Amino acid sequence: MFEIGGKMLKSRLFVGTGKLPDYSLIEKMYYEAGIEVFAVAVRRIGPNTKHIKNVLEYIPKDATIMVNTSGAQDHKEAVKIAMIGRELTNSDWVKVEIEKDTKYLFPDNYETLKTCEILVKEGFKVFPYIYPDLNIAKELEQIGVEAVMPLGSPIGTNKGIGCEVLLKPIINEVKIPVIIDAGIGRPSHAAQAMEMGADAVLINTAIATSADPLKMAIAFAKAVEAGRLAFEVGILKEYEYAQASSPLEDFISG
Amino acid sequence: MVSFLKEAEELFEEYKDYIPTHREICEILDKEFLTKEDLAKLLNVSSKEDIMLMAKKAQKLTRENFGRVILLYAPLYIANYCQNSCVYCGFSCRKKYKREKLSFEEIENELRKMKEEGIDSVIILTGEDRINSSVEYIEKACRIATDFMSEVSIEVYPLYEEEYKRLSSIGVVGITMYQETYQREDYDKLHPFGPKKDFEFRLNAPERALKAGFHEVCVGPLLGLSHPKKDVLCAILHAEYLLDKFPKAEISISFPRFRSAGTDFIPSYTVSDKEFIKFLIIARLYLPRVGIVVSTRERPSLRDALIDVCITKMSAGSKTTVGGYAEEKDEDAEAQFEVEDRRSVSEVVDVIIKKGLRPEFTNWVKGVKSI
Repeated sequence: MFEIGGKMLKSRLFVGTGKLPDYSLIEKMYYEAGIEVFAVAVRRIGPNTKHIKNVLEYIPKDATIMVNTSGAQDHKEAVKIAMIGRELTNSDWVKVEIEKDTKYLFPDNYETLKTCEILVKEGFKVFPYIYPDLNIAKELEQIGVEAVMPLGSPIGTNKGIGCEVLLKPIINEVKIPVIIDAGIGRPSHAAQAMEMGADAVLINTAIATSADPLKMAIAFAKAVEAGRLAFEVGILKEYEYAQASSPLEDFISG
Repeated sequence: MVSFLKEAEELFEEYKDYIPTHREICEILDKEFLTKEDLAKLLNVSSKEDIMLMAKKAQKLTRENFGRVILLYAPLYIANYCQNSCVYCGFSCRKKYKREKLSFEEIENELRKMKEEGIDSVIILTGEDRINSSVEYIEKACRIATDFMSEVSIEVYPLYEEEYKRLSSIGVVGITMYQETYQREDYDKLHPFGPKKDFEFRLNAPERALKAGFHEVCVGPLLGLSHPKKDVLCAILHAEYLLDKFPKAEISISFPRFRSAGTDFIPSYTVSDKEFIKFLIIARLYLPRVGIVVSTRERPSLRDALIDVCITKMSAGSKTTVGGYAEEKDEDAEAQFEVEDRRSVSEVVDVIIKKGLRPEFTNWVKGVKSI
């Protein structure tokens, strides 16, 4: 169990829903992969129609909805989207996602900071998606966000932890949870993030666009668990040269 | 603004006879981002095997960037008055047929009917007539539409920036503006008179809309009116130009093929299915995050096949006659062009689901963008 955003959670795997082929997978992921937090893009929360139901109807009532401001281009839009999201979902968890380009979808840390200042005051549980920058992460911590969500590599690229040297200081220095978000393409990447000491990971593309999203979600859940266990035990240091399992001097002295 | 046209022209001339080898195509496909030269070279690929190879990468890029989602929308034609003389168009002012314009009450009825069909994203269309379809008229229609739909876009005559601002301020998020052809001389011949004759004013319309706060723009040529490869190259560079200048915007591209519309116009070029598919795939390879739209001009089997590869947005249950949703109308006699895919929204939805994708009706929740 770990505490985040005022809740006790068992699973450290958060899942984005935007790219899923079928929303009914959400419920299966909740029950079969144990996923408790689902990120939902406010821009896509449409009304029920005769063809499809609103995404919110697929999310089990005990699961946590993390409202996502994706599509926002500045703090004004993000705040408005967060407000609409809270109204629509009744959830005060908000992932602040502000991107200024549609080519790389890099988060805009400056606008994100401004948004978080406003939303924390408005009583939201704020989870900012950021470009990995320790200074920004610390400022966000001061503001009172629940966690920081630095990217592993650009969204949707499946390239894994591409900026470990930037992520590690954030994990080491901030006291609030660190959730690695974006770019994680394989369960082994997720395990790596957890072994590094991340508190959780958020996955969308790698699960949603796989041939079997449910099975892949289970694979990620197991990897996240394995990575976390290893971190808690303590990852052994890497050595350049082989070390004898029993100290050499025993033989020499013997 | 027109620098990309010059660049496209030069690229086309330099590579028009260049046939890349299979090995070269593989090397291009191995790249994360293609160069403009790669783009120009791929336009000449003709081997079925190589096109299939390109399709595989296009599919991968589409899924990575857009997920397993297809956005659905429907057009709403509210008026067919037109001041233009486009020789190829069913709405041309030279064509004698009953001109119509929906009253606001009729517009509401149409929207209600569309909503009943499950549509939540609409494009409001008019002919190009500033008098009969004034900006005020379009604005009021859009206001009504925002009461029904989560997302409202327009496909009307090019507007001035201030006019786009008015529409943007009431929550209209998108504009579609087909340049018809990017080849100036052909454009001039195809549009003998009328306000549409102003090539530059039309070409710059998407930019004006984006400056005015619009969020989505769809551009493209009408394939067949001029040299298709050249037009495709120009359209792709146009989309790239807009992306570079407005990195926040969502840019889409579409390559509608000419369809007869009750005129005796015979296009100078025909575009085969193979070429058409190749063009869409190349657009995806060069611009991985650009939306690709396929209209009901294409027949169902082809649209269904494309869903799997590179399409991100498509119309469904479309009526291209004025007032065609609330009332049964003769689509062939009164439409702007021939519709090939007459399937209902439900039928299109079924196909999308069967392909393991999710039909999505909402891209922007009403109000989110009208800040």
